[in-house]
Amino acid sequence: MSTVHAAEAPPTTPPDGAPRNRAAGLARRSWRSLTSMRTALILLFLLAVAAIPGSLLPQRNVNVEKVSQYIAAHPTAGPWLDRLALFDVFSSPWFSAIYLLLFVSLVGCVVPRLRTHLQALLRTPPDAPARLSRMPAHAGDLRHDGDPASAAQALRALLRRRRFRVAVREQADGGYTVSAEKGYLKETGNLLFHFSLLLLLFGVAFGSWYGWHGNRNVIAGPDGAFCDTLQQYDDYGLGARVSPRDLPPFCVQLDSFRASYLDNGQPLQFAGNISYTVGRSAQPREQSVSVNHPLRLPKANVYLLGHGYAPVIRYTDRFGRAQTTAALFLPEDDTLTSSGVATFPDANVDPKVGVDPNHKQQVAFWGIYLPTAPSDPSVGHSAFPAERDPRLMLTAYRGDLGMDAGIPHSVYTLDQDEISSGRLQKVGKPMMLKPGDSATLDDGTKVEFLGTRPWATIAVRYDPGEKIVLVAAGLLVLGLLISLSGRRRRVWFRVTPDGGRSVSLVEAAALPRNDYPGFQAEFERIVSEAKGRT
Amino acid sequence: MAALSDQLLVVAILGYLVAMLCYAAEYSFGARGAVARVAARAAARPRELATVGAGGSTAAGSTVGGSTPPVVAPVSPAPVSPAPVSPAGGSPGNVGRRLHGLGVAALVFTVLAALAHAGCLATRGLAAHRVPWGNMYEFVLAVTLVAAVAWLVLVVRRPKVRPLGLFVALTLVVLLGLDGMVLYTRVAPLVPALNSYWLKIHVTLAATASGILLVGFCAAVLHQIRAGYERGKRGFPFTLGVRLPVADNLERLTFRVHAFAFPIWTLAIICGAIWAESAWGRYWGWDPKETWSFIAWVVYAGYLHARATPSVKRSTATWIAVVGWVAMMVNLFGVNFVVHGLHSYAGV
Ligand code: HEM
Repeated sequence: MSTVHAAEAPPTTPPDGAPRNRAAGLARRSWRSLTSMRTALILLFLLAVAAIPGSLLPQRNVNVEKVSQYIAAHPTAGPWLDRLALFDVFSSPWFSAIYLLLFVSLVGCVVPRLRTHLQALLRTPPDAPARLSRMPAHAGDLRHDGDPASAAQALRALLRRRRFRVAVREQADGGYTVSAEKGYLKETGNLLFHFSLLLLLFGVAFGSWYGWHGNRNVIAGPDGAFCDTLQQYDDYGLGARVSPRDLPPFCVQLDSFRASYLDNGQPLQFAGNISYTVGRSAQPREQSVSVNHPLRLPKANVYLLGHGYAPVIRYTDRFGRAQTTAALFLPEDDTLTSSGVATFPDANVDPKVGVDPNHKQQVAFWGIYLPTAPSDPSVGHSAFPAERDPRLMLTAYRGDLGMDAGIPHSVYTLDQDEISSGRLQKVGKPMMLKPGDSATLDDGTKVEFLGTRPWATIAVRYDPGEKIVLVAAGLLVLGLLISLSGRRRRVWFRVTPDGGRSVSLVEAAALPRNDYPGFQAEFERIVSEAKGRT
Repeated sequence: MAALSDQLLVVAILGYLVAMLCYAAEYSFGARGAVARVAARAAARPRELATVGAGGSTAAGSTVGGSTPPVVAPVSPAPVSPAPVSPAGGSPGNVGRRLHGLGVAALVFTVLAALAHAGCLATRGLAAHRVPWGNMYEFVLAVTLVAAVAWLVLVVRRPKVRPLGLFVALTLVVLLGLDGMVLYTRVAPLVPALNSYWLKIHVTLAATASGILLVGFCAAVLHQIRAGYERGKRGFPFTLGVRLPVADNLERLTFRVHAFAFPIWTLAIICGAIWAESAWGRYWGWDPKETWSFIAWVVYAGYLHARATPSVKRSTATWIAVVGWVAMMVNLFGVNFVVHGLHSYAGV
């Protein structure tokens, strides 16, 4: 709408206009075109187009590892795409620019409309146009047996009963016009919708400032318990206004975890029992948590996301010392073929001599775990996600694990630098073990596969903007329904005296102010009612 | 039960196919009368102009006020009136009646097919002991059923839109055929993420909105065809426009169907977000499915906007509605097959 105006009224700068005036004119013009419907339309379209790459390319906010893989697989295009923020589309400057401009345009559009609407609510309906016959619906030649004043009163009463807002105006010729308008709720709904969009954006922003989240893979059992501090999470994200001290105090432990499957491998149900303590209360409470049923704590929700197996491995070293570890293996496919490493950094230390830093004999096993071994052993994948016929394939490594260097590295893989430099060496051939099996390495040490323990990814999240967003979404739908079902229309009657006799001539017309069905029918009903009454 | 469901699918597809043939026969037999009707319409033009902006369905009753002689000339914007105005040669009554018979047969077959279709979905739900929209095959079944019902409701309330039936039936046959051949999955329980009462709410809303939007899409495309025809284009596919309701009425229909479906789609997305919060811990995460739902929503919002923008032509606006449907289809097929996200559908 405003674009039309902007085009119609060329902002002629006065010829002697000072630069300041020109700048102000330019600003006013830019503002006007920014807040025009046409600009809003273009920005909406840009927003839709800009979201597309976010669904086609891997995104960091969804899966960081896929992004790294993608960049590694596309060495030329990858870095360029990265520079254009195409792996972070929804937090990229260009995406933000589009929606911020859209919302600025929205404010510039709806605030004046709110003012206009309030004025319209206070104002009486405008007088009838000069030529009623030009209106989309029109009926002439109605008569009223009585003077114009009584006719106008009767029509006014009729329209009032139909809940129109009515104004009666006396005309110079002794006649009257009756103006009526109805359906103000439509614009109210429309404004409610657009203001709810602003509230929704605010809710999203609020959540990202004051919310936080953390993830941790937890092995079932007391030794997997953890408390809500940043060091305890595998990865986390804090909102801009959140400091680590703001995290609510609680501790969580995964007591048990169950998964069940159909025969075709489709998962049926995942559930874990979690015991937790909140604050200083030492009394642990228990709750079952499953995919659609999170544990809701004050200021934090606890979700169960992924899950897998942690093989329990016992290694007995040259000096007869046995150590046991549950190594968390990451699943690689839907049948839970999993891989990981079990490390024994304290192995083979001569109790009499102590650690010899130049001749470390640390031990690690790299392994693949198949919960159900395939019937064809050449297939390297598990046949089923549950443990029907488990196999653990272990490859032993001995030497320096490279753990003391202080360089953090993944606990799910071995340090490739140590292997390629020869400081960590492969020992013997891979071993295939069933639960309870053991194998002996070349130096006479022994490794045993004791069984597995389940683990689950526990995600803890807090988003204080959620409630704002929910309220905004509710209002948004409400506004939309009111606006889209609303029908704004005006009806006029013109009553003219018929040459001094006590008869008045009546003419009726109506104008729908938006497009809706049933307008004509309603007008006909009003007219026939008017005929019965006048 | 599952086998019965599969058989009913075949019955439903055949039913829609027969309905389509009836619509098509009505369409092509009627072409003879079309010339006369176009002439009649041209003569009636001024009258029509006077009623522009007044409710679309009542063009014939446009004269108002009992004191003027009612109805100047029956101006029917929809070409399939029971008795076409003097077709060239032949007995007008017969042709009219035959056409009418075909049209009614088409509707009867549509109703029968929709019944089989509903039976197909219901037996599937009985076989699986759950709501029958837990995977993509079932979702498409539900969307097309909603579309068929929406179409029948529309055509009962406004008989003049019947020529659209050919395209609605065509779209249903294509989608159901694809569904049965490509997406078919055996009856199975739900994957854990879907096992929630939100499935009933969110997916039902999504299927309802999609089904109605499908009808809206048909109306939008036919509006473009008819508008092209009225601008004098005579190549394919504009020749199909001969028998369609006038472009303005189709445009208004397109708008109303979309205005009806848009809030439902909005609500479907909101319920999805509420579900995502309890399943994945965040209400919105730009998962591909979420992203494409957002894109489709924004495009449809753009359509409603464009229609309210005076400087945007109505037929330009209608193109945006077509783009919206493309986004819906990408969301349904593209996202499920090409990019993998969190949204799990069993068996695809
Ligand atoms: C944030 C992006 C926006 C979205 C998603 C959006 C969405 C919508 C939708 C869906 C409608 C139709 C439903 C209804 O009538 O209530 C609508 C109507 C409307 N919008 Fe927006 N809008 C946005 C921004 C804007 C902006 C920036 C303006 C002003 C330039 C604007 C002005 C209007 C007007 C005037 C109408 C009413 C049209 C009529 O008279 O029916 N909107 N909007």
